[in-house]
Amino acid sequence: MSLILLIEQVLNGLQFGIMLFLMAAGLTLIFGVMGLINLAHGSLYMIGAFCAAAVAAATGSFMLGLVAALAGAAIAGALVELVVIRRLYAKDHLDQVLATFALILIFSEGTRWIFGSFPLFLDVPQFLSGPVTLPGGIQYPLYRLTLIVVGLAVALGLWLLISRTRLGVQIRAGENDREMIAALGIDIARLYTVVFALGAALAGLAGALVGAIQSVQVGMGEPVLILAFVVIVIGGIGSIKGALVGAILVGLTDTLGGIFLPELLKLFLDPSTATSIGSSLASMAIYILMAAVLILRPAGLFGARA
Amino acid sequence: MKFVTLAAAAALALSISGANADPVKVGMITTLSGGGAGLGIDVRDGFMLAVKQAGNEDLEVVIEDDQQKPDIAVQLADKMIQSDKVDVLTGIIWSNLAMAVVPAATAQGKFYLSPNAGPSALAGKGCHPNYFNVAWQNDNLHEAAGAYANFEGLKNSFLLAPNYPAGQDALTGYKRMYQGGLAGEIYTKLGQTDYAAEIAQIRASGADSVYFFLPGGMGISFLKQYKDSGVDLPVIGPAFSFDQGILQAVGDAALGVKNTSQWSKDIDNPVNKAFVESFQAEYGRLPSLYASQGFDTANLLLSAMAKADVKDADAFRAALEEADFKSTRGNFKFGPNHHPIQDIYVREVIKEGDVYTNKIIGKALTSHADAYWSECSM
Repeated sequence: MSLILLIEQVLNGLQFGIMLFLMAAGLTLIFGVMGLINLAHGSLYMIGAFCAAAVAAATGSFMLGLVAALAGAAIAGALVELVVIRRLYAKDHLDQVLATFALILIFSEGTRWIFGSFPLFLDVPQFLSGPVTLPGGIQYPLYRLTLIVVGLAVALGLWLLISRTRLGVQIRAGENDREMIAALGIDIARLYTVVFALGAALAGLAGALVGAIQSVQVGMGEPVLILAFVVIVIGGIGSIKGALVGAILVGLTDTLGGIFLPELLKLFLDPSTATSIGSSLASMAIYILMAAVLILRPAGLFGARA
Repeated sequence: MKFVTLAAAAALALSISGANADPVKVGMITTLSGGGAGLGIDVRDGFMLAVKQAGNEDLEVVIEDDQQKPDIAVQLADKMIQSDKVDVLTGIIWSNLAMAVVPAATAQGKFYLSPNAGPSALAGKGCHPNYFNVAWQNDNLHEAAGAYANFEGLKNSFLLAPNYPAGQDALTGYKRMYQGGLAGEIYTKLGQTDYAAEIAQIRASGADSVYFFLPGGMGISFLKQYKDSGVDLPVIGPAFSFDQGILQAVGDAALGVKNTSQWSKDIDNPVNKAFVESFQAEYGRLPSLYASQGFDTANLLLSAMAKADVKDADAFRAALEEADFKSTRGNFKFGPNHHPIQDIYVREVIKEGDVYTNKIIGKALTSHADAYWSECSM
């Protein structure tokens, strides 16, 4: 195991974590402000990827595709909030889970109806394709480096938004006391729609960015959704900072666990057994991490409410 | 009064159907939603095309979506056997689902015709007289790839497959034929979409080639990321990573890649030509190998229906064993464990106009049987 391989894997883990953060940030924001569990967040990720693929195919421009992904997911998010979610705030979590699960089915089959069952094509733009050589002779795909930078920039932007703007003040107030900010004359309904659309746009952005290196297909959002839930549970539900730390922890654990556990087991098992047990253990690693965090800090790393 | 007429009509209907051979009811359990839907839809469309062309009114097909989940597939099989009273089951794409459904269905005396999954457990000790695989035993295409790797003089392959029965069969099959050394061997999560960590290991391993089995969306993700990583070792795969449904999503990253398949749209025989043309005319897209497997499965069933009554299990089984139908693969016959003995080709990914597709460049194995038939006693 060379140092170069190790650094490359850390970068991979970081990149994976940053993309998870984009998903988890929206999820945790929506839960924090509105107290809503939104299972359809993965569908918004898928909508972003499909919008990007369709627009990029029609115009030939990946950047236009990204804009379409942000806009498409935000519009879908706002519509869903206005039509369905709005009726769920007063209901308990079970009703919310049921309704948003129905939304997953509707979005998946609707997407299949429009785009068909076969995966769409979305490629990395020309100017970001191929590897670059980092100091120390590490070859790393430029696109993945860009993902890390974009993700960190979004994290910074979110932090500025929440700590320095009027909207941010309202969001923080909404997390603490919903009745009070309504009483202070803030249009809570509009705030909810804006927050929901913002969360949706982040998910759509993640879907489009990741879609370029993965497969743009129906159902692509659900595996990511599960990981995003793990992230916000680890980070503490409702905390953006927790989402960032949790996402990077999960990304690194998943990536490095997949490499080192089989290597570790090879020290005292034969290679093929070590590989199969190691990969099974590695897929459990993030859940073990989650359990450990919950034992030590039941509210998550940065969770306010227990 | 109405009741009497109805009863009379029912009695009449019964007497009419009693006069002919019994109709055959087929239950198709396949994946029609989620990431693996492209495969199931191709099998279904190929199967239904053959049914439509035959115009046989004694054949009724019930189709249900298993969502690629073993528990759903088991529920559907129970429902089809108990309430729909099907005679024949077919359609399952994924080996883990086949393992959950097939042994129970055949034990209840139903026939199962597999249009895709061919896990090794059902080809050897777990074989059953009522289980027929019309596609391949899982190892077959991988064995052909191993043979092709020898032909290319590859000495140090890196192997990659998902951790489920077909993934383990895949690497076993490749290693059975391949004579070079191994630079590494990784089992990934089923449904994994990010392969950065594996690609980094490939880069560091000093391999001279990569062999990977990643069907459906997994293969799309891997190939795109592999191209972008700057690792330029040659890759070989089975046809599952390069089927017609996913090539368009992979794009240029797949051009020139060699893959092994028992079927290709340019296999030169009249049945295949007619199949490719009619499939395109019916559905407006090129067929994949999955579609050809569905088509062949339906035609096998129709050939047996012409010879025997499905209620006479022994005669119907004998009719299936004869495999007296015109396959898109040319000559087709079953080995003693009801798995095909067939030629396996090497294909190359090319671009025809705007469409990415495959072209045969040679034959990897001739009249190839699977490795498990000797363990099967039935």
